[in-house]
Amino acid sequence: MDTRILTRMIMKMRPVKTKVEPMRGFWLATRLDISESLRARWFVLYSLVFGGIIVILFMFGLTESRVMGFTGLTRLLVTYIQISMAVLPIFILITTVRSLAGDREAGVYEYMLSQPISLSAWYWGRFAGRLVAVFVPVFLAMAIAVFWGVIRGAETPVYHFLWYSVLLLSLSFCFLGIGFLISSLTRSSDVAQSAAFFVWLILLLFLDLILLGLIIRAQSPPGLVISLALANPLQVFRTATMMLFDPQLIMLGPSAWLILDNFGHFGYLAWALIYPFVLGLMFGGLGYLVFRRGDLP
Amino acid sequence: MITIDKVTKKFRKTTVLDSLSLELGKGDRVALIGSNGAGKTTLIRCILGQYVHSGTVSVNGLQSRGNREKILGEIGFVPQIAPPLKMPVVELLHFCAGTARIDVDSIIDICQRLEVEYDVLKKRPFSKLSGGQKQKILIAIAMARKPELIILDEPTANLDPHARQILFEMLAERGDLPVLISSHRLEEVAGLVNRIIELDRGRVVLDDAVEDGGDMSVRIDCRITLARTDDAFANTISGWKFSTDENRTTWKGQVAGADRLRFFGVLARYSGLVDALEMGSKQENQGDGK
Repeated sequence: MDTRILTRMIMKMRPVKTKVEPMRGFWLATRLDISESLRARWFVLYSLVFGGIIVILFMFGLTESRVMGFTGLTRLLVTYIQISMAVLPIFILITTVRSLAGDREAGVYEYMLSQPISLSAWYWGRFAGRLVAVFVPVFLAMAIAVFWGVIRGAETPVYHFLWYSVLLLSLSFCFLGIGFLISSLTRSSDVAQSAAFFVWLILLLFLDLILLGLIIRAQSPPGLVISLALANPLQVFRTATMMLFDPQLIMLGPSAWLILDNFGHFGYLAWALIYPFVLGLMFGGLGYLVFRRGDLP
Repeated sequence: MITIDKVTKKFRKTTVLDSLSLELGKGDRVALIGSNGAGKTTLIRCILGQYVHSGTVSVNGLQSRGNREKILGEIGFVPQIAPPLKMPVVELLHFCAGTARIDVDSIIDICQRLEVEYDVLKKRPFSKLSGGQKQKILIAIAMARKPELIILDEPTANLDPHARQILFEMLAERGDLPVLISSHRLEEVAGLVNRIIELDRGRVVLDDAVEDGGDMSVRIDCRITLARTDDAFANTISGWKFSTDENRTTWKGQVAGADRLRFFGVLARYSGLVDALEMGSKQENQGDGK
């Protein structure tokens, strides 16, 4: 959808007059962040990237299906999710810290926080607004793909679609929390961006393909390896999405037994859904405490 | 109204406010002056509850940081540098009206009084406006809230003389509204205030009452006769809304009483050109800004 149309729609939304006055500031900050995001260049690029991934996947999917005809959407969604896992966190981290720390540097905070709005309404309102801004394009791209597939007569993978959606939401929430914490801790956008990139790199290194492989080669205790895998939100997301495609986790090798024995299929999916969310809430909350106790501009 | 008690603010090892104590009462119109780095903006930010510091700052008995929302509801603030907001003007107005729980039309009314072409500008990004337009909109937002205290950080830097005149009138209409005006130069704000506080390296080095200039809405008739015509002078004086005769040697207009020192400063640049200056009777403004 054209971002200008979305901006106009957001503009037409007036703050809802409710009896719960403290929520007024929250909604104002949420609306402000959504409309600021819709106008930002990063949002256009972000939407184009995820829309583009879907288009490319469809193009390649159609090429593959020449032999067997259009075979369904599950594989397309799996590929989309795996690419999202690589792109979404770094996009969220960089754009969040860039705009928040940039706003602070440019003097936006000095003025906006001279208005009678509580710090919690401002912080969490912007958090909510940013969550909507980063999740909706990813979700819409996936939803449009499913819709298009259904029109073409493919089987509707409702179960996978719903799980992927909530897992993506949880992952977005987690990285948004990290982004907000970094923004609260740093005073300049350069430092904030470097810190965000560093965090992303560390988590990426702890994916099973790289660091975990090294740990296994160094004959580290399996418990440590599995714990690291369970603590890394990227790995948790990756394993959960693999599990939806491959319920026995055959691709994961022997560690799959440990995961399935200890968690079970739905237990692990629940962990993959709740853990990143709790982590995001924890980091976001910590960021709020730092923000509230420090200098605002 | 505002009690500042032994406030110290440090940035790393630099002490910007050094055990500063001050008392600002109702009816005080204070010029906060000092050179760059004297601590003016830092002090304002402490009053607005934006900085953590040692010592206490309280507004109407409430600690500024702990009661931010309540205190900021009573303070109108115009910053030195307008924030580079990409949002359209209309959206900024809605946000500010929403937080202050006022009708957005009350801000628009003041914008129009300050001669901001609101209908033309409302969809433009705030950051794309001229310095003067931004300043006028921020003043309108601050004044529309009918604040109990107004804080202006370098308020007249980007305003043309006519807009300044309207600002002075609006301040005059609010009677005893306490005002805290920060400025590098005393002559910019001298006519507006009844007390001067000078800061230097985070300490108060001067705290003095000044003769009250009287009603800020006063305008003074003025007639300038030049020895010869001059394009640069014509340009400058037109900004003060002065009109001239066919020969372009006699200029007539009105100067806000609070702005007369600034006006003299402008004329001083053309002292070799000015043959005669007559400043006539004071006139009370009718409050319509015209």
